[in-house]
Amino acid sequence: MALTREQMAQRVAREMQDGYYVNLGIGIPTLVANYIPDGMEVMLQSENGLLGMGPFPTEETIDADMINAGKQTVTARIGASIFNSAESFAMIRGGHVDLTVLGAFEVDVEGNIASWMIPGKLVKGMGGAMDLVAGADNIIVIMTHASKDGESKLLAKCSLPLTGAGCIKRVLTDLAYLEIENGAFVLKERAPGVSVEEIVAKTAGKLIVPDHVPEMQFAAQ
Amino acid sequence: MAGFDKRVYSYEEAMAGLEDGMTVIAGGFGLCGIPENLIAEIKRKGTRDLTVVSNNCGVDGFGLGVLLTDRQISKVIASYVGENKLFEEQLLKGEIEVILTPQGTLAEKMRAGGAGIPAFFTATGVGTPVAEGKEVREFKGRKYLMEESITGDFAIVKGWKADHFGNVVYRHTAQNFNPLAATAGKITVVEVEEIVEPGELDPTQIHTPGIYVDRVICGTFEKRIEQRTIRK
Repeated sequence: MALTREQMAQRVAREMQDGYYVNLGIGIPTLVANYIPDGMEVMLQSENGLLGMGPFPTEETIDADMINAGKQTVTARIGASIFNSAESFAMIRGGHVDLTVLGAFEVDVEGNIASWMIPGKLVKGMGGAMDLVAGADNIIVIMTHASKDGESKLLAKCSLPLTGAGCIKRVLTDLAYLEIENGAFVLKERAPGVSVEEIVAKTAGKLIVPDHVPEMQFAAQ
Repeated sequence: MAGFDKRVYSYEEAMAGLEDGMTVIAGGFGLCGIPENLIAEIKRKGTRDLTVVSNNCGVDGFGLGVLLTDRQISKVIASYVGENKLFEEQLLKGEIEVILTPQGTLAEKMRAGGAGIPAFFTATGVGTPVAEGKEVREFKGRKYLMEESITGDFAIVKGWKADHFGNVVYRHTAQNFNPLAATAGKITVVEVEEIVEPGELDPTQIHTPGIYVDRVICGTFEKRIEQRTIRK
């Protein structure tokens, strides 16, 4: 079975380490915050200028002046700091954020990522994504492996305008966890019940399949 | 205005001197920390052919979005079109010139503009459409793009509290691009929720020192929420 959005978030949460500063993108990446293991302390960075994002507010504490980069109302946790946008991207570009998790339309075997526009159809804008992928060393892309029509999003070469070139090394899809090495995807883990054959069929870019591909493990909740 | 008293008492006065064809840098992120009333005054004045520099262009019918309705904006420099349908439509039809700029690069362009730095190098956007036509230079084995800074004829800023000297503090994440915009305007206008007595603001806590600010006005704000999200 393909992973649900929650399972994808849960798997990525396993990459957290105690004391990490983490930037979570909009969409599935935001859900990762729900699965940070107990007893582990992580500070979430939101690029509109908040380090130490807390849970969503209650009806009583909701505040229009307190939002995250997805424009959702949030709170600040103890130990948080708030700053301007230039400061926020100084910490991102300067490589001070330990882990960045973001979504994408496409990735390819050279580590290129496309996530901000589909020419003639959709223009969202890049927001902070170009700065995030350029500034971070440790990036995980979360995406669906193929489109609804079954077309692979893991390509030999991205077809859409790029967000960043040669910057992605790790990808979690609803079918597999893969790493990008020497111009190929390397299949590291498969989703429970998903066959290697299905992953091969849905990966358009060069894919290296080791002799043994373990099933993904989920921490007991 | 006498000495360092930068207070003005009408929005007409606050935006006096804004003319067709000018560049306006606006603070705000989404609808958070936007200079609502200064934007409304630009709409009322009917100033046209504006270049607007702002992270977003508001939403349909609120924030900078209201200036799209009557086509007062001819060019936008922003990082995110997002959920603004009219903006996306005008962009896809080519009715408005849009220079999509990475968010961190946009912030740094304002900061550099206000700081007298004409350009800077960043790795952001290398190998992407953002790099088109820009100088690429290598430092320590990595490629960087040269990005030019931005200044505006006007900067419009939303603060929380100010004194008549033009010292400003911002509230929570309503800070965002505001202090950067404040540095980069030839004329910087700040609207705040409260103008406090001289000496009330702690000098060590000032976000925007008064030297950057030309006019201060006290307003009331709707503070619309874009994504109202409550704990379950």
